[in-house]
Amino acid sequence: MRFARLPVAAALLAAVCLPAAAQTLYPINRAEILAGSRFDLKVEFPGPVDAASVKLTLNGQDYHKLLGKSASLIPDETGKGASSLILRDVTLTKPGQYSVEASDGTNTRKVVWNVYATPAKPVAKNVILFIGDGFSVAHRTAARILSQGIEDGKLKGKLAMDELPAMALLSTQGTDSIITDSANAAHAYTTGHKSCVNALGVYCSRAANSLDHPKVETLGELAKRNGLAVGAVTNSEIEDATPAAMVAHTRRRSDFNDIVKMFYDTKIDVIMGGGSPNFLPKSTPGSKRTDEVDYIEQFKGAGYAFTTTKAEMAAAADDKKTTRLLGLYNTGNIDGALDLKFLKKGSVSKFPDQPDVVEEMKAAIKILSRNKKGFVLMVESARIDKYSHSMDAERAIYDTIMLDKAVAEAKRWSKANGNNTLILVTADHSHGVSVVGTVNDDAPGSDMRNKIGTYEDAGFPNYPAPNAEGYPEKVDVSKRIRLVFANTPDYYETFRPYLDGENVPAIKNAEGVMVANEKYKDVPGAVFRTGNLPNVGPRGANQGVHTGDDVVLTAGGPGSAAVHGQMENTDLFRVIADALALGKPAATGKK
Amino acid sequence: MFSSQFAGGSRRRFFFGLAVLLASPLLRAAELLSFDGLYKSNTVLGLKFAERTLALKGQNVRLRGYMAPPLKPESKFFVLTREPVSICPFCSSDAEWPVDIVVIYASKTVIPTNFSERIEVEGTLEVGSHTDPATGFVSQLRIRDASFNKLR
Repeated sequence: MRFARLPVAAALLAAVCLPAAAQTLYPINRAEILAGSRFDLKVEFPGPVDAASVKLTLNGQDYHKLLGKSASLIPDETGKGASSLILRDVTLTKPGQYSVEASDGTNTRKVVWNVYATPAKPVAKNVILFIGDGFSVAHRTAARILSQGIEDGKLKGKLAMDELPAMALLSTQGTDSIITDSANAAHAYTTGHKSCVNALGVYCSRAANSLDHPKVETLGELAKRNGLAVGAVTNSEIEDATPAAMVAHTRRRSDFNDIVKMFYDTKIDVIMGGGSPNFLPKSTPGSKRTDEVDYIEQFKGAGYAFTTTKAEMAAAADDKKTTRLLGLYNTGNIDGALDLKFLKKGSVSKFPDQPDVVEEMKAAIKILSRNKKGFVLMVESARIDKYSHSMDAERAIYDTIMLDKAVAEAKRWSKANGNNTLILVTADHSHGVSVVGTVNDDAPGSDMRNKIGTYEDAGFPNYPAPNAEGYPEKVDVSKRIRLVFANTPDYYETFRPYLDGENVPAIKNAEGVMVANEKYKDVPGAVFRTGNLPNVGPRGANQGVHTGDDVVLTAGGPGSAAVHGQMENTDLFRVIADALALGKPAATGKK
Repeated sequence: MFSSQFAGGSRRRFFFGLAVLLASPLLRAAELLSFDGLYKSNTVLGLKFAERTLALKGQNVRLRGYMAPPLKPESKFFVLTREPVSICPFCSSDAEWPVDIVVIYASKTVIPTNFSERIEVEGTLEVGSHTDPATGFVSQLRIRDASFNKLR
């Protein structure tokens, strides 16, 4: 009797303790997996296991039968004796629900995956995915006011993106937090999987090396595998998180040198942005590589045209033989629209012939559309985010106008070229921005705070009518839009655009505390504002930070009807996959 | 009074004396370099050192800039930048650094200054690619055995 009871008690105890000691599986519970897409399966056990007692099943069948591969056991992954099981590069082509169970002989953990197929035939030939990095509703409102103007209480015109028929709100949270960064946010769009802050193309496992985490296939890889041409153009460094999400697999977005290699290995067809130092061999002054690989030569050797200025880019795109292009136009980020076109600050004097995002996109479309099967292009207006981090409202608004000008061009191109391009315009995450009124220099008194117009006193700003390109040519007008930032470090509020260069609101002091940048202390009318973000420690903020508000997705073209209501950011990937039929069972030869 | 002191022959003698002083190797002040003058060109394809930078290799030099927040605490190593750096809290790797930084190896452990205060560094100029063994940070220019002072 005694002996018979003990195992029951032990089993009960094990079952009760299960959650604390259970293994972790990747892809995670509730993962949505595109049929035929490649992924890594990983099981992390809480302690040591021996191969003989480990059991892994999919819908009750041994994993090997469905996945056709054997997993490898890492006996001690953590250095503390915890084992893991890893199975790289597998696919599931049969759609449906998969119950995945992993047992170490004592504990069992179950997760459920949903494998989905797409229609067998694509409805769209091409997809252009516009990402305004950090692009929030207030940016859109402000860009509309500045680029269209208001008359009789109505806008004189709409933004090009406003006139796309479909719209949805996207929630952007990830596996670790209600707040995302540009890495796991873009990853959601390019893989359809949720991940954690800083991660691209991987789940965040306990692997020590940033490149060893379980991978999921990216849109760039999938589209290339399906015979489509693929491009990524941006005005950030090309290795930055958003464009990198088209190709990259790393837990750490700052692995720029590895990301350059991933661009090269994936061979997406058009790659344009800033960030040349990570392409140069270490011995070249100005390089940021840690090896001697000359990636510019590598790309040229693989048949890419290489351009460093707008003029070279235009010539290469016009050359009908060009089907691949690497364009690097700055060592850092390409200057934003306000600097590039009007103020000539930033690095414009050093790099006087940089293309803007609209010009990059037009060149990219020319090249990619030479592929008869179609293309996927990511177009990023990256500095809406960077200027919102630096609390530089005007620069962020001008780059939002630039994003919309690119959307307008894409719509024109699509209309003239078969109307078979799915156009998606969204943000990866939000910033804490809001339009609260205007600042009127001519209001009475000297106190700038009391020159802020609210309600009817806000009236309308007096920017000049937009120029032919769509931008007001003067930003420092006497009655300006007041776009404020909700989440800030300590800083000096100047109530004015930063005509001498991008704002730097706060700086770390010798004690490691983020303090207001004294540079703006003596600007006439400047006042000190105590911040509301952490100012010490690893997450001490010297700038504005991302927020967790939903972002707007607007869409038009074939496949856009799927965009409606409230969606997860990962659903955007499925909209693209469906439109291009990337998950048709015939896409791979495997089971 | 002031003008007559430097008039005529006495002024010539003064400048002659100054020239002798400057030419003396023991008393010669370290040459003051500027960030603008370190390179003759800065393009997408890399930086090209200025002739003067190459000529001063191994010499004692001075350079003014801003201390970036240290990569490691209690280190002799820091990065000198042209402008105060505002590092993205999400991306604190060398990925976000300006390309024209100069790495400083101080003669003793660095006590950080206020990062928005301009400092002058003096030490031996080293030119060419080098990877810091402790941080993996790659630099093209370094000033070794350096000391630094706050600029007023």
